[in-house]
Amino acid sequence: MDYFLELFLGGLTRGSIYALIALGYTMVYGIIELINFAHGEIYMIGAFTGLIVISVLTLLGWNTVAVIVIAALVAMIYSAAYGYTIEKIAYKPLRGSQRLSALISAIGMSLFLQNYVLLAQTSNFLPYPNLIPEFTFVKPIEHIVRSTEIVIYIATALVMVGLTVLIKFTRMGKAMRAVAQDRDMAMLVGVDVNRVISFTFIIGSSIAALGGVLVASHIGQVNYYVGFIAGIKAFVAAVLGGIGSMPGAVLGSLVLGWTESFFTGYISSDYEDVFAFIFLVLILIFRPAGILGRSQTDKV
Amino acid sequence: MLELLDINTFYGNIQALKGVSLEIAEGEIVTLIGANGAGKTTTLMSICGAVPPRSGEIKFEGRAISDMRPNEIVALGISQVPEGRRIFPYLSVAENLDMGAFLRDDREGVKKDVEYIYGLFPILAERRHQAGGTLSGGEQQMLAISRALMARPRMLLLDEPSLGLAPLVVKRIFEIIRKINAENKTTIFLVEQNANLALKVAHRGYVMENGRIIMSDRADQLLTNEDVRKAYLGI
Ligand SMILES: Nc1ncnc2c1ncn2[C@@H]1O[C@H](COP(=O)(O)OP(=O)(O)OP(=O)(O)O)[C@@H](O)[C@H]1O
Ligand SMILES: [Mg+2]
Repeated sequence: MDYFLELFLGGLTRGSIYALIALGYTMVYGIIELINFAHGEIYMIGAFTGLIVISVLTLLGWNTVAVIVIAALVAMIYSAAYGYTIEKIAYKPLRGSQRLSALISAIGMSLFLQNYVLLAQTSNFLPYPNLIPEFTFVKPIEHIVRSTEIVIYIATALVMVGLTVLIKFTRMGKAMRAVAQDRDMAMLVGVDVNRVISFTFIIGSSIAALGGVLVASHIGQVNYYVGFIAGIKAFVAAVLGGIGSMPGAVLGSLVLGWTESFFTGYISSDYEDVFAFIFLVLILIFRPAGILGRSQTDKV
Repeated sequence: MLELLDINTFYGNIQALKGVSLEIAEGEIVTLIGANGAGKTTTLMSICGAVPPRSGEIKFEGRAISDMRPNEIVALGISQVPEGRRIFPYLSVAENLDMGAFLRDDREGVKKDVEYIYGLFPILAERRHQAGGTLSGGEQQMLAISRALMARPRMLLLDEPSLGLAPLVVKRIFEIIRKINAENKTTIFLVEQNANLALKVAHRGYVMENGRIIMSDRADQLLTNEDVRKAYLGI
């Protein structure tokens, strides 16, 4: 029973992490039907930015929880600026041309950012300090869950609630739904489509950066490649849930997280990373629209 | 109120509008008729800024709007009921109406206008929580017109509102068009393939062929014009 609980919580952690990244994939896809392959790199840049902020503040003699809060906020803002800029320089000029062009541009962006960070930070894993204090938890989850994991669960839940409120009740949220369903018509009722697209990149990128900082603190290290693996898995999760659907992204992430966790825990840990890809192939064969996806064109 | 001066509009290398000029005065119902592919939809898309003309000028109340973006043009008071209705399929009827009022800030006024719309089309009130995509063609057309009205436009652009609808529904929709024009003083630019119907409701009409305006006159004159009757009224 304890082992089951451990795997369950481990899966929840993975799932929450995937969700923080998958949400950005799915939001961008919902709005402009582009798989933003550079999204994983945004996550990685968020983690590095957090590390830099933490290092500087630690040098200045701070070492409280406030440091990670500030680091996360700065990382979110910095990554949002990256997301915004990437859209403007790599995707916007290609809007209206073939989808393949934008996709290739996205892959190019991803490689560019990876290599840029590789040059700046080398390929070594850098240690990532964990500033979230460890608590001793009560009986059933004692020793099987760490406080960073609890923080990850809470952050993910807050992000989900926040996004739901944003999409359902705000003016920008309504505009996002309208653009996702019919971009030209949204324009004809007065929606500034460029702003909506920029906003989507900003939100998606800052959520990924939050994930980057939290995960790196949890794992304790970071290098230029972490965004690639995490990005691919989150992408699988988004497709699994139904790309373009936000509840789908969360559900897909949890399903993937739990499946990975139980599979490695009960069957074999050798094929952990292969698992996501087997999953992807199976979804594409049996349910191309994903769990919550609407068939073909429609999203959000 | 609206003036098009020698506009040329292209899709890539294909020229869809070739020196189109026309004029619509405040309070008028003006129709633009023409066969498939004549360039009617393109004319509306040029006006609203979705497919801006490459040359020529478009003026709304004396102000050049050819370089403005669609959202800016809507804000000036030009709303469109596009070809094919373009209802947001997964938004409810009420949310679709709400989107029509996207640029408005007066919550009370918007609420009042929604009630006015529900009075105009009671069926929409009944379906207010239903997804727009699940409405029938006629209901969608009513919703599309209502959505455009929610912006309180000074000028309404309608692209083939009769397309694919049963005669009774078409009759109802044209009654409403007339009513909007008479009661709210909304200027109307009506694109139609159903020339007979359009010329009966409009004050003036333009005839378009291959991207050019080939004729313009009072609607009753066009209705009795030999060439128009032969080409567009099937008589
Ligand atoms: N997106 C587009 N890309 C390329 N060519 C287009 C596009 N839209 C329209 N055209 C071309 O421009 C010309 C005018 O088309 P338009 O849609 O304005 O005609 P229309 O008068 O509205 O026809 P219909 O009565 O069938 O709606 C046509 O030759 C059409 O093929
Ligand atoms: Mg047309």
